[in-house]
Amino acid sequence: MPIEIDVAHVARLARLSLPEEDLARYGEQLGLILEHAAAIQGVETEGVEPTAHPLGIVNRFRPDEVRPSLDRGVVLEQAPDSTETHFRVPPALDAS
Amino acid sequence: MIVESASGRWEPVIGIEVHVELETKSKMFCGCTVDTEAEPNTNVCPVCLALPGALPVINERAIEWIARIGLALGCTVTPDTVFSRKNYFYADIPKGYQISQFDLPVCADGHLDIEVDGVASRVGIERAHMEEDTAKSQHAGDGGRIHTATSTLVDFNRAGVPLVEIVSRPDMHTGAQARAYAQALRQVVLALDVSDAKLEEGSMRFDANVSVRPEGEPELGTKVEVKNMNSFRSLERAVDHEISRQIAHIESGGTVIQETRHWDEADGRTHGMRTKEGSSDYRYFTEPDLPPMHLDEDWVAPIRAALPELPEARAARYRQMGLEAGAADVLAPASPRARELFESAVGAGGDPRQVANWLVQDVTAWLRKADTDLEATPLSAGHLVELGRLVDDGKLSSSAAVMVLGHVLAGDGAPAGVAEANDLIQISDAGALESAIDEIIAANPEEWERYVGGEQKLTGFFVGQVMRVTQGKADPKLVSQILRDKA
Repeated sequence: MPIEIDVAHVARLARLSLPEEDLARYGEQLGLILEHAAAIQGVETEGVEPTAHPLGIVNRFRPDEVRPSLDRGVVLEQAPDSTETHFRVPPALDAS
Repeated sequence: MIVESASGRWEPVIGIEVHVELETKSKMFCGCTVDTEAEPNTNVCPVCLALPGALPVINERAIEWIARIGLALGCTVTPDTVFSRKNYFYADIPKGYQISQFDLPVCADGHLDIEVDGVASRVGIERAHMEEDTAKSQHAGDGGRIHTATSTLVDFNRAGVPLVEIVSRPDMHTGAQARAYAQALRQVVLALDVSDAKLEEGSMRFDANVSVRPEGEPELGTKVEVKNMNSFRSLERAVDHEISRQIAHIESGGTVIQETRHWDEADGRTHGMRTKEGSSDYRYFTEPDLPPMHLDEDWVAPIRAALPELPEARAARYRQMGLEAGAADVLAPASPRARELFESAVGAGGDPRQVANWLVQDVTAWLRKADTDLEATPLSAGHLVELGRLVDDGKLSSSAAVMVLGHVLAGDGAPAGVAEANDLIQISDAGALESAIDEIIAANPEEWERYVGGEQKLTGFFVGQVMRVTQGKADPKLVSQILRDKA
């Protein structure tokens, strides 16, 4: 039983530009993944401890200590666009 | 809590989300310095810039501090909790997701008591969760206005600063309650010493979720999120404005849509921004780069034990010490130095009311006038006790005591010496006063006759005469006493 997915919407959320003709194929593949997830949902988990991480480790903390940061000049050089002090990106909102 | 309008009676419902930047030394998931006033983009590293392959590591102090906040608000600390990714694209969030929390916040189910115009109410705290702050955007071109910007400049110093989001339950109904809640919460945060909680600098920020429903309607109305309030006053104004706007909109046949609106302080209105993405569009999932946290009672107990006294409890204690409610409410959240002076002075025998009044009124007024802080003055608890004793012994009148206090604050010395040097000591030696009084009686025989005859109101006349010849230095109580004895 295939699961219906709004592939265009999912692509928009992920900022992916998909050609129209591929939508159906991706829909099918994503559907299979969701079917698999649904199958896992069906597994009897009564009495099984929930796990959020495969390694079973907890509380990997670091002390609140400062470590050196990167040099600003070097950092800004990596950006497609910058001023002497800031990264520069296209305007955050459309003028509309 | 009901708003009456042309068409009926409405109940506004308000919930507040507060963001508090923690003042840890380093960021939430990396070792960059937390200093949002530093030169732009100087506190950045592969983790907070989201360079490929960089991995976050949890700052334990931030987790301890959010637990401190939660415990102070009566929350439970979730024993097994995880971070989650909140996915969205924006220039201030370099990874394409914010590390936040979703269904397992560090703290849940607390409350905060507020009071508006003498009416107390309890605001539920749904949760307090840990997340990272975003970068700071600056909209360039045409005066920095977001709608007309030609480009956006981004500073990542703030990206990754530990941020606590405290979400109230929708338990408020007026702008005044929203304001009282925000103010009370700020006092708690300041008392816990985890943030400077400065509204104008954005280290404490609040958003209000506002909806209205017809009176008696069990379902909540569609909520609108109001942002961009940077003072308690603007929070109150924005909430009240949004309530009126929604009611007027519905009454003119409109429907409230779920959206984010920007408060504009200048025109006193809210303006629509963009349709809010639904919660599921953030596609939260458990952060695979961070192992879960297990915060059991052994971990929580020392944090609970180290909680400082909170302003509300302290005000109650001060009232028990004999302070009036007004003085207790001012002194309880006052600067640590003021409280320390009060408590030490009272501990050393000072009268609580007298010491509190000096601190709350006269010292505060003097500091404001001199434009300085209590810490910068030499005023000590010993000075306050000494000053109290001078008043009690009749050596200083209450107005002279305030003058002496000013001299002590200015660094002129201890109260007794200052009073002496400025000739403010009252004459409380009966012998010294008696000859002056005798002269005055001799000069005013008629009045004295009437006084002796029982005309009590002439006491004022004689005391006034004595004060005049002693240049205000006579102890009026003692003068009346001597007059009574002579009559």
